[in-house]
Amino acid sequence: MFAYLVRRLAYAVPILLGVNLLTFALFFVVNTPDDMARMQLGVKRVTPDAIAKWKAERGYDKPLFFNGAEEGCAKLTDTIFFAKSARMFVGDFGAAEDGRDIAREIATRIGPSTALALPTFVVGLLVTVSVALLLAFVRGTRLDFWGVVACVAAMSVSSLFYIIFGQWLFSKVLRLVPISGYADGLSAFKFLVLPVAIGVVAGLGSSIRWYRTLFLEEIGKDYVRTARAKGLSEGTVLFRHVLKNAMIPILTGVVVVIPQLFLGSLLMESFFGIPGLGSYTIDAINAQDFSVVRAMVFIGSVLYIAGLMLTDLSYTLVDPRVRFD
Amino acid sequence: MPFQPVLLWSDAVLWLLTGLLVALAVVSRRSPPLAAAWRKVGQSRTGMAAATLLTVFALVGLADSLHYRQLLPAAPDKPAAYGVEVLSLLDGALSGLRNHGEKTYSAPLATVSYAMETRTGSDGVQQRDFPPLRFGGAQLSPGDSWAADVAVRGIVGVAAGTLLWWLISTVLLWSSTRGAASGDTIAQIKPWRGFQAIMLKRPPGSFAWDAVLVTLLLICLIAGKLAALASGYHVFGTDKVGQDVLYQVLKSVRTALVIGLVTTLVTLPLGILLGIAAGYFGGWIDDAIQYLYTVLNSIPGVLLIAAAVLMMQVVIDTHPEWFATAAERADLRLLALCFILGFTSWTGLARLLRGEALKLRELDYVQAAQAFGVAPFTILLRHILPNVMHIVIITLVMDFSGLVLSEAVLSYVGIGVDPTTISFGTMINNARMELAREPVVWWSLVAAFAFMFALVLAANLFADAVQAAFDPRRSAQ
Repeated sequence: MFAYLVRRLAYAVPILLGVNLLTFALFFVVNTPDDMARMQLGVKRVTPDAIAKWKAERGYDKPLFFNGAEEGCAKLTDTIFFAKSARMFVGDFGAAEDGRDIAREIATRIGPSTALALPTFVVGLLVTVSVALLLAFVRGTRLDFWGVVACVAAMSVSSLFYIIFGQWLFSKVLRLVPISGYADGLSAFKFLVLPVAIGVVAGLGSSIRWYRTLFLEEIGKDYVRTARAKGLSEGTVLFRHVLKNAMIPILTGVVVVIPQLFLGSLLMESFFGIPGLGSYTIDAINAQDFSVVRAMVFIGSVLYIAGLMLTDLSYTLVDPRVRFD
Repeated sequence: MPFQPVLLWSDAVLWLLTGLLVALAVVSRRSPPLAAAWRKVGQSRTGMAAATLLTVFALVGLADSLHYRQLLPAAPDKPAAYGVEVLSLLDGALSGLRNHGEKTYSAPLATVSYAMETRTGSDGVQQRDFPPLRFGGAQLSPGDSWAADVAVRGIVGVAAGTLLWWLISTVLLWSSTRGAASGDTIAQIKPWRGFQAIMLKRPPGSFAWDAVLVTLLLICLIAGKLAALASGYHVFGTDKVGQDVLYQVLKSVRTALVIGLVTTLVTLPLGILLGIAAGYFGGWIDDAIQYLYTVLNSIPGVLLIAAAVLMMQVVIDTHPEWFATAAERADLRLLALCFILGFTSWTGLARLLRGEALKLRELDYVQAAQAFGVAPFTILLRHILPNVMHIVIITLVMDFSGLVLSEAVLSYVGIGVDPTTISFGTMINNARMELAREPVVWWSLVAAFAFMFALVLAANLFADAVQAAFDPRRSAQ
């Protein structure tokens, strides 16, 4: 197990390096630091001096990959790539355009983000799996048919509408919860309950349909017929056998959801004014703050890879046949 | 010439795609398994109803993709000049809606403005009331009943819609029975014997004409009513700057289609080529391609898109000399967005095709071809590609609705289409603040919701029908 973990961690390094190189290429090869300086300072009335000063202040006045003017290791380390990208591996993300330390921002914002994303994810998964199991239980009936129709309709609605209508109905008309804002500790509940609920509802359509297909596929297998043949009730078959055996595909599907979770939170946080990573990213995009976007891409891929590893580990919990030797 | 044709890049790509779809249809006709699968799609009622609706949306989008510049009124002894504004065929057809702007918000079918205004009457007394609209209900003279006018227009519209439906469906049925082979069930239906036969008892296993005709009837009725009302009112009201909302939703259709279709044009070659190559060749090629898509996959999509779009914006902003008109600039940005979306979303298809190619390459006929010394490229083209086509087609139709939905989200986040491009995303974005107004301005949001829902729902239902017909696993059940 330990050896497997180490191997997976070692495998993550080249991927993160690839992500790093890719974003670096996106940000610095397509556009030169001069372009970025002009962008930040305003395209008109910009002097070469101002550009040079902007670049020097932020460390963009060095060569991209190789610094011939330096000696020894500094040939490689005194470059933009090393300063801006390679140092992300040790958690040094540099400073945003407004001068604030990005790493500290991330550390304070990861709390609210988790407080929103985790309940959305867990509650969503529970609701989806139970409804999908119910539909699989009543398969072929009218309830099943209309359930699937409802799912298709629900997945045809843009998540923006769920948020806009939800916020309008529950906050503005019914005044049940505040429209936006955030508080620390337990008082965060009243700010989080609506975004979590909307996040769960917005994801229901497509995932219920997906899990229903998964369960139906499992039900068609031989062992289920055997279980029925020996006289087990349909409920026992579903919960004891089908659900257990469908765990691996469910867990695999969960990983697919993790990056979407990020996207969902992005919208949710900016609509509900939750000071998390998502709203930070949107603000950075609107302010065209490249350092922050780059840092968020890095964090995002780290989370994704961590999610992949967690999934692999959870396989061993649900299926003892899976071993990592 | 009274107009000068303008070919925007996205128009060219969209028409090219339409050509490719026609080519796909021809290929499908010749290949028996594909033809059989498409026949199955044709038998599905929901699938065909959805396809009918999608066709109507596609026609709207294509009409919006023929651009031109109008000839300006001739000035004496000067060469003919064309206007700067790039219009489309749809703009021309909807010139009434496009030009009849109001000052600001007005409710659907309203005759007075939504906001009170202080006006000085003819007697010199100032009073606050709702000023009449410039165009909404302007045909009503004082004393005319608004309700009667709306009712009459509605009835005329419904009647015209029914007539239109009768004409279209007769032509459709007539041409389809002529084209059908003898022995085909549809050939036995005489069009003049009416729609009754088809509606009441469709021959089993035949094309779902009943669904097509019913959907067409609904569309014709709605379109007829909307058109009749739109000639005198703003059916869906107007937005903040007084632009007709119906016009905006119709224009949004093209943006959604471009995003959904052009993106797949980018995705397909990348996904097919890299996916098949990884599966078939294996070894270091497989490793390299797998590494590439793991890297791309591990970046949350929206962030990768955001980063790419930010970069593109810098390029566009630093090179204003590339674009002659604002339309060209917005158009290029739309295309660039499609390319970025395509480059970030080929990974799913590639992974599916890799798995399938891994399986296929072990099959006897491929091994036989290898033993005969057939070149690898020929094997890929002749043996692997035709056998993964069903996956490609399923992915193609499944991705469309997701892309339309993501356009709205991206435009909302500010990394989507150009703010001057009318799209569902920009409409929702503009409408967002209107919900906070008192009283609420709800119509642009509801109109955008309804049209987008219809488009995406149709795409989803059609995708379902295609998947059911093409997926061997599902059709076996």
